Amino acid sequence: MALTRRTALLGLTAAVSLGRVSLALAAAPTEKRLIVVIQRGALDGMAAVVPYGDPALMGLRGEIVPPAPGQPDGLLDLGGYFGLHPSLASLHAMYTAGEAMPVHAVAGPTRVRSHFEAQDCLESGAEHRMTSGWLNRAVAAMPAMTTSRPEGEAIAIGVSVPLLLRGSAVVGNWAPHGIAAPPPDLYTQIATLNQADHLTGPAIAEGLRERGYSASVMSDDTSRPDRYAFPALARAAGELLRAPDGPRIAALEIGGWDTHVAQVPRLKRVLEQLDAGLDALKQGLGDAWPQTAILTMTEFGRTARVNGTKGTDHGTGTVAFVLGGAVAGGRVMADWPGLGSGRLLDDRDLMPTTDLRSVAKGLLVHHLGMPAAAIAEVFPNSATAQATSGLIRA
Amino acid sequence: MDLRTAQALIRFGLGRRGNEPLPTDPAVWLRDQLRAPDPSHLDPRPNSATAAAAFLADRASKPKPEDSRVRALFRSEVKAELDNALTTPAPFRERLMWFWTNHFTVSARGGIAAGACAYIEEAIRPHVTGRFEDMLFAVMRHPVMLRYLNNAGSVGPDSRAGQNGKRGLNENLARECLELHTVSPAAGYTQADVTSFAKILTGWSIDLRGNPPGFLFRPFAHEPGSHVLMGRTFPPGEEGGVAALHFLANHPVTHQFLARKLVLHFIADEPPVDAVRRIEGVLRDTGGNLGAAAEALTTLDAAWQPGAKLRTPQDFVVATLRALDLPDEQRGQVNVQGILANLGQPFQNAPQPNGWSDHANDWAAPEAMMRRVDWAYGVSGRVGTRDVASLAEANLGPLLRDDTLLAVRRAGSRRDAMTLLLTAPEFQRR
Repeated sequence: MALTRRTALLGLTAAVSLGRVSLALAAAPTEKRLIVVIQRGALDGMAAVVPYGDPALMGLRGEIVPPAPGQPDGLLDLGGYFGLHPSLASLHAMYTAGEAMPVHAVAGPTRVRSHFEAQDCLESGAEHRMTSGWLNRAVAAMPAMTTSRPEGEAIAIGVSVPLLLRGSAVVGNWAPHGIAAPPPDLYTQIATLNQADHLTGPAIAEGLRERGYSASVMSDDTSRPDRYAFPALARAAGELLRAPDGPRIAALEIGGWDTHVAQVPRLKRVLEQLDAGLDALKQGLGDAWPQTAILTMTEFGRTARVNGTKGTDHGTGTVAFVLGGAVAGGRVMADWPGLGSGRLLDDRDLMPTTDLRSVAKGLLVHHLGMPAAAIAEVFPNSATAQATSGLIRA
Repeated sequence: MDLRTAQALIRFGLGRRGNEPLPTDPAVWLRDQLRAPDPSHLDPRPNSATAAAAFLADRASKPKPEDSRVRALFRSEVKAELDNALTTPAPFRERLMWFWTNHFTVSARGGIAAGACAYIEEAIRPHVTGRFEDMLFAVMRHPVMLRYLNNAGSVGPDSRAGQNGKRGLNENLARECLELHTVSPAAGYTQADVTSFAKILTGWSIDLRGNPPGFLFRPFAHEPGSHVLMGRTFPPGEEGGVAALHFLANHPVTHQFLARKLVLHFIADEPPVDAVRRIEGVLRDTGGNLGAAAEALTTLDAAWQPGAKLRTPQDFVVATLRALDLPDEQRGQVNVQGILANLGQPFQNAPQPNGWSDHANDWAAPEAMMRRVDWAYGVSGRVGTRDVASLAEANLGPLLRDDTLLAVRRAGSRRDAMTLLLTAPEFQRR
């Protein structure tokens, strides 16, 4: 019975703190799954995927680099030049299985070091802030839904929808409330009284619909304890996406990357959450995993040098991960700019050599099969950022 | 109640409390709140000495979360802050305090929770009708901000403390002060300006064991030499930072930025250009007097057009509890802090240094609205034997729509009636 299923899910996500993690989902006319993980706060790409083969690395940041591969708590090797942070063991297993690929020295569309401007541009997919996000425009550009759910396009978990998934394609959201809900007839009266309001009217109508919808696709078996909110939410996302009539597109957010101080212990904790979350996504997706591609992205990287408080400040180039059963992984994709003298941007940051929009376009074209004309609308004025090929298994 | 009275109570205030007496002249009522001293009496008043003691005690004893003194202190202080909002006779001042606290966001994570309310009482509240420069100065020297944006440990690379190369610059506070607190990116500063300002602010640190605990300038950590910020040269030493803050606080682009944020909060999500210009002019002509700017806001016609702003969860919860006006004992049982967290706006805990959004779209996601509805139904169980139709008229006056009043009158129970009032669009807006 629907109510029982929903109650079970409430039990799961009641543990989810809504401050720094969230999930938004959208339906799409495809069997492919595409998930974007936004890492808010700026991930230090050179700490997640360490270029230990670069001779200039130790001089810049030796005090925060983990031991070499093969040593205790050492890097997890990625083919002899790069090494994965030791907290990313699940991701390393996926790499070894040919299902994960770091893309290094990437950056979003802008060269600003403001979190908020850069996040907006990253999610807009443009050099300026737009009112919609590129993932929403991608959903909107796909052919109309042919399923039995006439309005059914999207839901979000968490109390707000990230810019990435805002726009003309309908996105609602769902989250645990843990409070006795009004009886159905009172809900109906509330919806009627709000009908005329352009903001609260559609929001309440959509909220009611999503709760019913969520109840029907959520599985029973989700109330297992998890140490962290992000893995729990990722697991729920995977299970929702796995359902035959479930959504196909998801955006997850995870914060805590702004490591200005004491980076080594702080980053370890959040990398562990990310790693557990990516593994939970895979488990939740189950037999839909071979149809799945996941992109992780962050607004910018961090300074190549350690700052004065054992952290790093806002930088530029960083790393993105492309993973999933559909991904042609098992290698690092990088046009590595080097860290030696004169190679750093403004003598401080990893020089970006790949536009994140190219990676995103590569997934839209080769994974979702979107035509070039549609891609141009999703990422306006981005002709120089050609779609990356070779991300997806042939 | 006439429309201007309703608007004064809702747009500028925090919603009418029960049947509290109505102001005879709404404009005078607002103005008098700005001119009279802040009447709030928090007991105990949060302060840095208590905060430092709790912080040091936790650091020494490493307690389990349930035994943490910091956690207990934060809880009791947030409760006092929120209870003050529910009962204050000067709600316009309280709204201004919220506004500026959000402008200078700190987030109560880890040890910062110990001082998160002391920060409000020491750096924000005393200055909401004073000069912006004084507030900025109090904020930038407050231990909570120095810790939240990591300046306390920032060391000049060529300072004596930086000579051994083990510690150095942290530019977080300098960057956010430029971007979020003062001139904003519209001023066109560069990375070199950020670095330079960070050097100017080296040595601005904390002495937790001082009496009272607070700001301490550490000359050993201060980067020697003068530094150029946005084309101006600032001298070495503590006075360089003081002069830089004076320059930033009174910069024309700062006035423009603050004016736009104030208009965004008090008038509309799309701030009308003429209103922004007017407030900007007041800030310029008064040397950044925030009381004068607030009073000018109340004289703008656009500010008296109802319903343009959506209540944030904090606005909504406080307005609801003021409308219900529960007896002291019952009011004490309501876990306002927990409710705000559940509705997505935990007190003093915004996820990022840019604070909570002032745009309706960020608060009107379907699930966010559904949570309001569900909580409204829950809290409506406390309506008791009140007549909801007269409560609705007393609270909203001419803003109450006929449809809502009819639905309230026809509802099958007082609880249902109260739920319909609280979830009606005219109650969601301000």
